Amino acid sequence: MTLAIEFPPIENLVEWPNYFGDGTIFAFNKIALISFLAMAIPSVIFFLAKSKGELIPRGVQNLAEMTVEFVEKQVILQAIGPDGMRYLPMLLSMFLFIFFGNIFEVIPTFQMPANARMANPAFLALIVLVTFVGVGVKHNGAGTYFKSALFPPGLPKGLYLLVTPIEFLSTFLIRPFSLAVRLFANMLAGHILLVTFGVLCIALWTLSPLVVVLPFSFAMLVGLTGFEVMVSFLQAFVFALLTAVYIGGALHPHH
Amino acid sequence: MSAVSTAIELAVEASDADAAKATAGASSAGFAYGLAAIGPGIGIGYLVGQAVQAMARQPESAGQVQTTMFLGIAFTEALALIGFVVFILLKFA
Repeated sequence: MTLAIEFPPIENLVEWPNYFGDGTIFAFNKIALISFLAMAIPSVIFFLAKSKGELIPRGVQNLAEMTVEFVEKQVILQAIGPDGMRYLPMLLSMFLFIFFGNIFEVIPTFQMPANARMANPAFLALIVLVTFVGVGVKHNGAGTYFKSALFPPGLPKGLYLLVTPIEFLSTFLIRPFSLAVRLFANMLAGHILLVTFGVLCIALWTLSPLVVVLPFSFAMLVGLTGFEVMVSFLQAFVFALLTAVYIGGALHPHH
Repeated sequence: MSAVSTAIELAVEASDADAAKATAGASSAGFAYGLAAIGPGIGIGYLVGQAVQAMARQPESAGQVQTTMFLGIAFTEALALIGFVVFILLKFA
């Protein structure tokens, strides 16, 4: 029995035609548009919140202050400590950029998370790598930082032959790689999951007896949409939290 | 396994190397993801179970436990997600 389900090839799910500037460096497609919106929407929200600047926050100012407080309390204080407050602007903008890039996954007519293309997560992970190495070198000096990162104290001498390469790999290669892959794969998996149930719903919209399965498929689609909203938020949170943990580790290398 | 090897043999008999490669890739893609999901599945289950126990025993430290739990989940989940990426590469690339 064939269900006549034509699952689209992967290129159709994640590659979008250019709106303009085909073949040039100014090529602009849906991913670029979403990335731009993910940059612009938080900027506008915070600009509006600041322009009012009331003592008792209302409306959009409330939203902005809530976001700042969330990143302060749940990310920085948990992972770095009170002296990490100076990294608030970076972590906050990173959190908001990733969250708004992800949330377009469930917004009709967009239906695509910008972070399901590897370029965005990879570049963000590169920024994180440069930041935590920079923080470590700036606050401890290059010698102390690399010594504490590559030669953990309190081990027998011979063991460093084994430990140092592992520490180098895990700190400077696997950290940014897993950070990028985690965000990318979560968003791509969610996108493919939603596409799968969307395609299934359309394929079951027939006059065959199979139509009795349609309500279940549709219920799954609705449920998974809610789940993806949660995943969008959680991935942005986890990315900001891990960035804070890495910065904290570089700031206080002896903990 | 026999179904897999039969499918590969059929594709080879059609003397189409690309088709054979695609068939082998598609059939091993499922194994790759299935195997990659076992460990993280057990790990996340154990991790969240222990976190719930900690929160039930000491509700005042729930916030801290929750943050640590998300961190642990993020590290554990990475393995399953790399398996998913391998699945995509085998199936589509």
